[in-house]
Amino acid sequence: MNFDYNEEQQLLADSVRRFIQKGYDFEARKKVVLSPEGYSESVWGTLAEMGLTGIPFSPDHGGFGGGAIDLLSVMEAFGEGLVVEPFLATLMGAQCVSRAGSDSQRKAILPAVVEGKLKIAFAFSEKGARYDLANVKTAAKKSGSGWTLDGEKAVVLGAPAAAKLVVSAKTLAGLSLFLVEAKAAKLRPYRTLDEMRAADVVLQNTPGELLGAEGKALPVIEAVVDFATALVCAEAVGAMKFSCDATLEYLKTRKQFGVPIGTFQALQHRIVDMYVAYEQAKSMAFLACSQADTAADAKERMRGISAAKIKIADNARLISQEAIQLHGGMGMSEELKVSHSFRRLTMIAQQFGDADHHLERFAGCG
Amino acid sequence: MDLNYSQEELAFRDQVRGWLKDNLPADLREKIASYAELTRDDLLRWHRILAKQGWVAPSWPKEWGGTGWSVVQRYIFEEECGFAGTPPLIPFGLSMCGPVLLRFGSDEQKKRFLPRIYNGDDFWCQGYSEPGSGSDLASLKTKAVRNGDHYVVNGQKTWTTLGHYADWIFCLVRTDSSTAKRQEGISFILIDMKAPGITVRPLILMDGGHEVNEVFFDDVKVPVGNLVHNEGEGWTVAKYLLGHERMNTGRIGASKRELAKLKEFAAQQPGNGKSLMEDPRFRDKLSRLEVELMALEITNLRFLDRMRRTGQPPGADVSMLKIKGTEIQQGLTELMMQAVGPLAQPFKAVNGDAGFDEFTAAIAPRYCNFRKTTIYAGSNEIQRNIIAKMTLGL
Repeated sequence: MNFDYNEEQQLLADSVRRFIQKGYDFEARKKVVLSPEGYSESVWGTLAEMGLTGIPFSPDHGGFGGGAIDLLSVMEAFGEGLVVEPFLATLMGAQCVSRAGSDSQRKAILPAVVEGKLKIAFAFSEKGARYDLANVKTAAKKSGSGWTLDGEKAVVLGAPAAAKLVVSAKTLAGLSLFLVEAKAAKLRPYRTLDEMRAADVVLQNTPGELLGAEGKALPVIEAVVDFATALVCAEAVGAMKFSCDATLEYLKTRKQFGVPIGTFQALQHRIVDMYVAYEQAKSMAFLACSQADTAADAKERMRGISAAKIKIADNARLISQEAIQLHGGMGMSEELKVSHSFRRLTMIAQQFGDADHHLERFAGCG
Repeated sequence: MDLNYSQEELAFRDQVRGWLKDNLPADLREKIASYAELTRDDLLRWHRILAKQGWVAPSWPKEWGGTGWSVVQRYIFEEECGFAGTPPLIPFGLSMCGPVLLRFGSDEQKKRFLPRIYNGDDFWCQGYSEPGSGSDLASLKTKAVRNGDHYVVNGQKTWTTLGHYADWIFCLVRTDSSTAKRQEGISFILIDMKAPGITVRPLILMDGGHEVNEVFFDDVKVPVGNLVHNEGEGWTVAKYLLGHERMNTGRIGASKRELAKLKEFAAQQPGNGKSLMEDPRFRDKLSRLEVELMALEITNLRFLDRMRRTGQPPGADVSMLKIKGTEIQQGLTELMMQAVGPLAQPFKAVNGDAGFDEFTAAIAPRYCNFRKTTIYAGSNEIQRNIIAKMTLGL
């Protein structure tokens, strides 16, 4: 038992935090959000230089050979800084390639991702499917030596920035994954409530390249979405920390009736409950990342990650809502970062399955 | 970073688990499992089994019988006891009076009392709360007036857990009523429960159980040699105790055992045509409780890891272990009561054998009894005050 970061993890955590403090403060972030692309190419270059885009990929492809545990502190820092770069999206797409792709596909894609030259998104969800990863209507059929895809994918995070998409689609053999050039598909991009960029993706006779075994994609999709779920759990912990710290600071400085409002016991107990919820969530983010990397089998992994997501979803609601309430009217304002962390936490609570979805899956794991 | 115990820690856990399996008497195990009331003899029997093994006071210095275990080993031991369902070790001697004597007692007091605490020769209870002094302990009024070589004690203590079993009581008493601050003028003294002038009166709780008492002191003579630490500095002792041994308040092992029992029990109860475990309304509540317990276990390990790394005693933020641990314990008793359904109602037979099942009849009283957990040992609101003040600086 050891909750310490090792030296490499600690150095990484420190450098990410330093970068966010210096190069990605709330004002800098606002400019990125309002830019046409919604992310920053120069920030992306820095993330790659720091080695972040290579963490969960094999050294054979220039990566660090790490896992979710190694990304934990990075995602926490991203959550605290509310980083909107398409980092999670690219890791998801590239994880599909890393886990399912052939040697040549990996060689063609992963080094470019690690170096920060390629962004790639994972188009797995569809309207009407809610959180059911196997509920896919997009179809792929053989066409000459390759495949063509038809259908529509919904809320593909990071798609507007991506050059390539990994798309889940049904063939006669079942659920499969395909690599698609983003420019070959029709994208309808938008800003999400939490100020990231996503797109609905329309595929019409769009050429694709089979990624992994035909009809055998579900376990890969589940593993990648679980991996991403563990990462947003860690990100949520960072956003919770910011929400708690900002609220505590506000309680100490905001005066009413001639005294700081933090002297009122009604508010003291509420912020204590926020910090307790944050610590409990943090414990579960450790569990989620640990299970994403080292679970004995898929069932154990799903059980641990669902347990974590239930706690993260519940506590994200509690902390984000209380942060706004304790800030009073100021908490409602676009000007305050706490209204932005509110939106990110609100979305994380539902991203990759809300608490109800994960309660169902948790119970199914015994 | 690694959430799992090391090989050495696992080996230690297996050693403890194996020993408990062989040495926990079957009748005591059965009593705990069926929520039966434990007698003084039951409690002392288990105490003495552990004392004989050398495991009854792990945190004490080795010269007084401590085990020399690390904080993690101590935690593993406590959780394994909870998971196995041993009788509790009554904390008043081992975890309260003992550590106070080790820190503040004279050599003579240590020699006189510590071995008897260790061996279970004396049964101790705690004299803190008074009718007018609950959370506001410093307002206590029980008086000790010096008269030559002894004090004369007058006043009343209340909520005295197992006072009716006790040979000794350690008390906070007021030795000086003229001090500017209420925390001054308080002293920590040890009183023989057989001393003339002491009356113990039971306080029956809503589950019908007798575990707490009122203790009245009427001109009770206490030798001056029973004063611990300096006269008027008892508050220092009380504060020391507050920060001592707060790592096991989560009671995670015991809650794990109760959770497993609840799942097994609920699977046997009918619910909407299936078993209650398959009723999503029930199951979701149970899952949320299980997840909270999983989180608490990891949070507890994180605190232990911090203690091990820094060598520092636990901070005020461990109060959250008490808050969450007791909420979980209460949640488990509440779901257990829900699981038993209408059979929660039978309580006590009126004329001999009423035919109801004693185990199911013990479940609702247990729910009633466990409402105490968020009130005792510093109510959960006091715990929140502690975190607000000490950790958050409010």
